[in-house]
Amino acid sequence: MIAALALCLAAAQHPTQILVWGGDAEGGAPFVEADPRDPSRVRGFDVEVAERIARGLGGARSAQFLQVQWSNIDQSVERGDFTLGLSGVEDTPARRARHAVTLPYFEFREVLAVRPADAGKIHGLADLRGRRVATLGSTIAYDLLMQARDSTGVLPISYDDDVHPYGDLVTGRIDAVLLDHIIAQRALRRRGGAGFVILDPPVAIGHYVGVLAQANAMLRDSIDAVLREAMRDGSLEQIFRRWNVWDETQRPFFERVLRTNERASGVPTTTSVQALAYLPSLARAAVVTLLVSVLSMALAVVVGLALASGRVYGSTVVRVGTTIYIEIVRGTPLLLQLFVIYYGLAGVVRLPAFLAAVLALGLNYAAYEAEIYRGALEAVPRIQLEAARTLGLSEGQILRLVRGPQALRYALAPMTNDFVALFKDSALVSVITVVELTKQTAIYATNVGSWIVPGALCAAVYLAMSLPLSRLARRLERRWRVP
Amino acid sequence: MTALLVLDRLTVRYDTRDVLRALTLQVARGELVALMGPSGVGKTTALRAVAALQPFDDGQIVVDGFALRPGPVPPESRLVPLRRRVGLVFQAHALFEHLSALDNVTLALRHVLRKARVDAETIATQLLSELDVGTRAAASPRQLSGGEAQRVAIARALAPDPALLLMDEPTAALDPARRSALGTTLRRLCEQGRGLLVATHDAEFARAHADRVVTL
Repeated sequence: MIAALALCLAAAQHPTQILVWGGDAEGGAPFVEADPRDPSRVRGFDVEVAERIARGLGGARSAQFLQVQWSNIDQSVERGDFTLGLSGVEDTPARRARHAVTLPYFEFREVLAVRPADAGKIHGLADLRGRRVATLGSTIAYDLLMQARDSTGVLPISYDDDVHPYGDLVTGRIDAVLLDHIIAQRALRRRGGAGFVILDPPVAIGHYVGVLAQANAMLRDSIDAVLREAMRDGSLEQIFRRWNVWDETQRPFFERVLRTNERASGVPTTTSVQALAYLPSLARAAVVTLLVSVLSMALAVVVGLALASGRVYGSTVVRVGTTIYIEIVRGTPLLLQLFVIYYGLAGVVRLPAFLAAVLALGLNYAAYEAEIYRGALEAVPRIQLEAARTLGLSEGQILRLVRGPQALRYALAPMTNDFVALFKDSALVSVITVVELTKQTAIYATNVGSWIVPGALCAAVYLAMSLPLSRLARRLERRWRVP
Repeated sequence: MTALLVLDRLTVRYDTRDVLRALTLQVARGELVALMGPSGVGKTTALRAVAALQPFDDGQIVVDGFALRPGPVPPESRLVPLRRRVGLVFQAHALFEHLSALDNVTLALRHVLRKARVDAETIATQLLSELDVGTRAAASPRQLSGGEAQRVAIARALAPDPALLLMDEPTAALDPARRSALGTTLRRLCEQGRGLLVATHDAEFARAHADRVVTL
């Protein structure tokens, strides 16, 4: 953030020298990637396009890269974090309506990739009824899949990155991937040309554009002029050739752009997305959030009880083992645990995403629950246990009849608080393709171009579910207060 | 008269300090023995050792033929005969906070003696009535006065019908009238054939109700 601030300040102080542009190096080559020879620099065709634009704008301008998450490019450019967003940004009518968008500078094809064995049977989305088709969230491809879900019954799966879909396609977790041909070809090259095939013809045609803040329409017009010049003088073609993305469709596309002076050429997608249209998806996502949370908490309670019993009653070996588990789980990010369980274990056991999400969340929270239960068990006064022993109760009976019930009173309030926390942490499971409430909201926000309504709706749904829990926690605390 | 409890040169050390040095005493059936001495002299320690809640370093404890030897407290599984013979009423009562007065008393009846709930409750209700807290059966420990809590604790200790009842400072929180009533109750327990060992520093109570006084 500090770096971003510094860059913005630099941009503000030298308005004529530096064109600050934003992109996502995580998207990788050939768009933008960290240069392997000098990882502090980036390279890729979008990097060179940005440099070409900066040069074309005159005033000895240079381009300066700012890292931004791909799905946040629109919001960031409108905030003024950078001047130009450029990173395989798709041309959509919705984007045009809300931002100043440059001419399209590259034509891409939305292509389906399937396993070789399916290549003879699948020719398009219509052949994928009831099958799992993956893509990157918040893209034209995702919108195409959502339309196909309603028309032909495919099951869209949303990923946060464009690498794992192909891995999961090869291992059989999903049945097809719909993404830009550049991304599909790159994935195929990385796999040595095996594992899946890219289907022809494409499902749709799309274009990459640069995006600027709405207030920057004048600068956008200047950039358009630079892009036209670059199309005419062949410098754009050279850039694309250098990165092996030039093909026979680009020439006629350039000519069309230069001839028609057109700006809008977007794929007809969710232009008229109504806010209301997203409500059923939000409701479904809320159910997913609730299910993931409840099942994870149930798992966390059971495993947590076992861990706590191990720590309080176990032999030295058991105590050390449970302590190591608890410290490792509490000391590492939940996000990492999600990745390890879903992707890391894929070689051993291929868990469905939902199950992996419940396991990761449940096993993570079990460590926290275990500490609550251990603390609660140890908080039961010793004299209560001695009184139970003098009556002749066995250790098991003491735990079940005296220590457990009394510990529960200490544990119930923190447990409820933990459940509220888990409920919100469940948003993290979207990184392993489970579309829950927050993810659905992000998709919704990207498509309508604003976080205000979707954000408020999402917050309202979370609050509607978590506030009763918090109230319950307070009531229990009062009712079970220990003197 | 056969001795119900025999303490033979009972010695307890904390580090190198003798908390209890060579205590020898006997309690017969039907006898109330007061164990006296100022605070910190080891009265509670002696009771806890007899109830196998803490180890002792030397000497021997025999309760109705069951012997405890110096060294670590044996596991509960080996203490079953002792638990059937000895009841302990803690100074702080130590009633189970999550259970009603009645359930405190039925707990051992149901889960140790395996009596049916209805039988356990009949016995418990009768015990509570005899101790004059029959109307407080449904109350939780927090709702009981000090005297009531103590009598519920006595009922709980008596429920498994132990031959020997140990009591730690039973008069500490009682006014004179309650003290006298407690004395009467304890005498009645002796008449039923139980032996009572009562740790107290209340000389007046000991004089009035004990058969014998052992001073530490």
